[in-house]
Amino acid sequence: MGQEIHTIIIGGGPAGLAAAIRLGRHHRVLILEKEAECGGKLNQWDKLFPDFEDAKTVRQTLLQRLPENVTVQTSANVTEVAQESGKWKVTLQNGETHIAPTLLLATGFEPFNAIRKEEYGYGIYPNVITSVELESMIAKGEILTREGKKPQSVAYIQCVGSRDEKVGNHFCSVNCCICAVKQSIEVKQLLPQANQFCFYMDLRMSGRNYEERYRESQEKYHVNFIRGRVSETSVTANNQILVKAEDTLLSRPIKMKVDLLVLMVGMEPSPSTRQFAEKLGISDPYGYFVSQNSETADNATVHKGLFVAGSAKRPMPVPQALKEGEAAACEIAGYLSDNL
Amino acid sequence: MPSNYHPFIWPFCIGALLLFGLLIVKFCRWLLHLDKIQRKQCLKNIISFKTVAAIWECLRECLFHRNIFRKNWVLGYMHLSFALGWFMLIVVGKAEASCYSHTFWEAPWLAIFFRFFENGSQDYFMPELFTFAMDFILAWILSGILLAWCKRLYSRLLGMRKTTRHTWYDRIGMTALWCIFPFRLLAESATAAIRQNGGWLTQTVGDWMSFLPVQSLELPLWWAYSSVLCIFFVCLPFTRYMHIFAEMLLIFLRKWGVVEGNRKSGYTECEANACSRCGICIDVCPLNTAAGFQNVQSVYFIRDLRQGRLTEEVTNNCLMCNRCVEACPVGVQSTLMRQIIRGEQKHNDSSKTFYDYLPERAGDCASAVTPDNVSDNNVMNGASATSDRNGISSPKVLYFAGCMTHLHPNIIQSMRRIFEAAQVDWHFLDEEKNLCCGRPLRQQGYHGQADQMQARIKQLIQSSGAELLVTSCPICYHSFKQEYNLEIKVMHHTEYLRQLLNEGRIRMKADQSRFAYHDPCELGRGEKIYEAPRELLQAIGTLCKVDQEKQDSICCGHSLANTVLSAAQKNQVRDEALQTLCADHPDYIVTACPLCKSAFKEGNRQQVADIAEIVSDHII
Repeated sequence: MGQEIHTIIIGGGPAGLAAAIRLGRHHRVLILEKEAECGGKLNQWDKLFPDFEDAKTVRQTLLQRLPENVTVQTSANVTEVAQESGKWKVTLQNGETHIAPTLLLATGFEPFNAIRKEEYGYGIYPNVITSVELESMIAKGEILTREGKKPQSVAYIQCVGSRDEKVGNHFCSVNCCICAVKQSIEVKQLLPQANQFCFYMDLRMSGRNYEERYRESQEKYHVNFIRGRVSETSVTANNQILVKAEDTLLSRPIKMKVDLLVLMVGMEPSPSTRQFAEKLGISDPYGYFVSQNSETADNATVHKGLFVAGSAKRPMPVPQALKEGEAAACEIAGYLSDNL
Repeated sequence: MPSNYHPFIWPFCIGALLLFGLLIVKFCRWLLHLDKIQRKQCLKNIISFKTVAAIWECLRECLFHRNIFRKNWVLGYMHLSFALGWFMLIVVGKAEASCYSHTFWEAPWLAIFFRFFENGSQDYFMPELFTFAMDFILAWILSGILLAWCKRLYSRLLGMRKTTRHTWYDRIGMTALWCIFPFRLLAESATAAIRQNGGWLTQTVGDWMSFLPVQSLELPLWWAYSSVLCIFFVCLPFTRYMHIFAEMLLIFLRKWGVVEGNRKSGYTECEANACSRCGICIDVCPLNTAAGFQNVQSVYFIRDLRQGRLTEEVTNNCLMCNRCVEACPVGVQSTLMRQIIRGEQKHNDSSKTFYDYLPERAGDCASAVTPDNVSDNNVMNGASATSDRNGISSPKVLYFAGCMTHLHPNIIQSMRRIFEAAQVDWHFLDEEKNLCCGRPLRQQGYHGQADQMQARIKQLIQSSGAELLVTSCPICYHSFKQEYNLEIKVMHHTEYLRQLLNEGRIRMKADQSRFAYHDPCELGRGEKIYEAPRELLQAIGTLCKVDQEKQDSICCGHSLANTVLSAAQKNQVRDEALQTLCADHPDYIVTACPLCKSAFKEGNRQQVADIAEIVSDHII
């Protein structure tokens, strides 16, 4: 070794990788990734909304772009982060330590644990799955109920664990609306016979091409969007799911039986995000990182040399996480040239 | 020497006359305002042993304050010294005056101002004994007054964290009451200083006073004594002290079997007047201890109701957890009163509901969601999957999950497994139809709608031909027991599971699990089911110690009865309950109510389960 590391990045997801690509051109960077390989949640996804970009390709491109100055250490579980004489010291589970003048936390999110919304029957009824599980079915190209049949009807429930006072998450997870649109199109392509229903509170189609995709899902793929929150679910003898809701546009109660129920789970801070946010005193009420200033210093924190980026700050789609990483890299480079 | 008259008796006499006049008017009004059923109950039981029982209870409660004594003996002593002390002062004083004047029909004020009118002749029955007793009783009352002063200054001294904040006329009444006995002491002592006719207390105080110009102080003191009596008497019907008389009537009405109806009646008014504003309900209210509300407790609700300045917010800001009712020494059913008042407020509310697409009557709601309607609204597979019992004989057990249980499908699945394991012949009444037991409507004061809903469900239950109704929801259970008047037996699943276990129809494997059991309000305080769940849990693992349990259990905060609290405030109440439950570090928090379960589940990430889930997991 011998040569000093300039920046340690915890988390090798989109934000972490994007930051390393920018920073690595002129600085020595170490990425600490707790999983066996980099890519973060990209590894769990098949295609990305709204343009059906292949997640694997995105990941490969990022990894290929990593400059030589970047060292990647996978299966590296960081247990402690501390500031020591103006530098940042990171301790791994195996006792290994790394020291650098700057530290970027890009520890990301985790999907909401749908078991907490017991009324939707996740973990109780076999044919209730989450959007993450549906994505892996789509990746395999085969959507089957637990009984091994092709579902004739699929329903999606939006905002599972987001915008929900009862579970303490007031925030919007941003990605689920468009994700359901994307997945319902893919499901229809795989199961042309299936009827699809999507229960929503509001549909927030604010990104580029989002609205177009939403329109397409209705006109071309006949997805039926119903405004109203599902109140409860139950199971029938042949494992169909009975969904009870209120259609708030038609102002009437509604009941339907579906073969597969997909819960569009929201995003919560990952365990590492929660842990570091609390430890370093930069936590918002939900456990996400708080930046120094959300307008003018959105990647810096109140601590000198400590930066944050990506969905560890708040829910965001992949392109934004990539730009977050790049923006953080700029701030870090500036900091390094001022302080070294 | 003085005859038996002096003008200073007039304030007392006028006050007493006004008091009894007003009392008669109030009592008559309440009795006339009883509704038909209540009046019938009175007439049916007025000449019966129940009246004797009522007299006995009046003595026990109104004089001895047994219930306060049980909860807090210092507070009990304080009330006892006022009530029994004053009563004795009147009785013994009357006896003394009658003996002295050798007639039972002496002037009524003689007993009150006896020392002033007494002429020193000792020619009646044991004058020394009377003098001694009267002084003793006076000293006893004064000790109570001393405690009352202390309670005002520092309530914790009497074991109360918070005492009631009173209105200005309550304060006048209270000040008058506090002055009566010290003035009596001073007046009697002044007379004793002049005429040497005092007892051990009044003579001693009189001797101390003899350096003062007692000759000129004597009459003003008697005037003052008479005047504060007058002030107290005139204030009494309008202040908290009305409870002294209202409680007696309430005890009689209760013994005769009168209960609250759906509308405000004379009984409600009598109950409101029977509240002594002792403030015991303030300390036990979780909205005070956890969420910091200090104007909504029963004492303030009833006070505002009596004074006609009740706001909807105060009426609606109540979890109806009944901790206050359990603690109330008078047994005022304040939550039932709230139900009635909520109904009145909704009745007066002119703003129409905007759910006008729903069937007009609530009863139609229950019938509207039939399997026929299931095929409506985009339902793809019309065939109902439920086991229709057409042609099969009636089931033995009818299972009613309740709407809150439907939000917890795992409880229902557990009950299914248990029914199968015990080979019970059962039918699921509300498997697909959304049936509400009607209690949430009633708690909000929609009595008419609740009646319709309940009539419809009662019909469904009775036409099933089942022998036993089992429900998983304590709210439904309380409703079935108290509001339905069903002919078949009703059990909450905790009781039913215990019965299955005792009959050997289910067997469970034991393990090392440690459980903390939370008593749901409606099941515990509502229906007094405390042992069944504990026996079940002890058959599986060990029960942890919980500080405030059974009748003292703290509400989970997520009661449907409260429409005012924000989610954050509900969680404050929940966290207080969780704190006591987790003190002994259990593996599971176990409850028997779906609402409590959902409240606790989002609390501190402790494992939470319904008792049916625990039983189902341990069945062999």
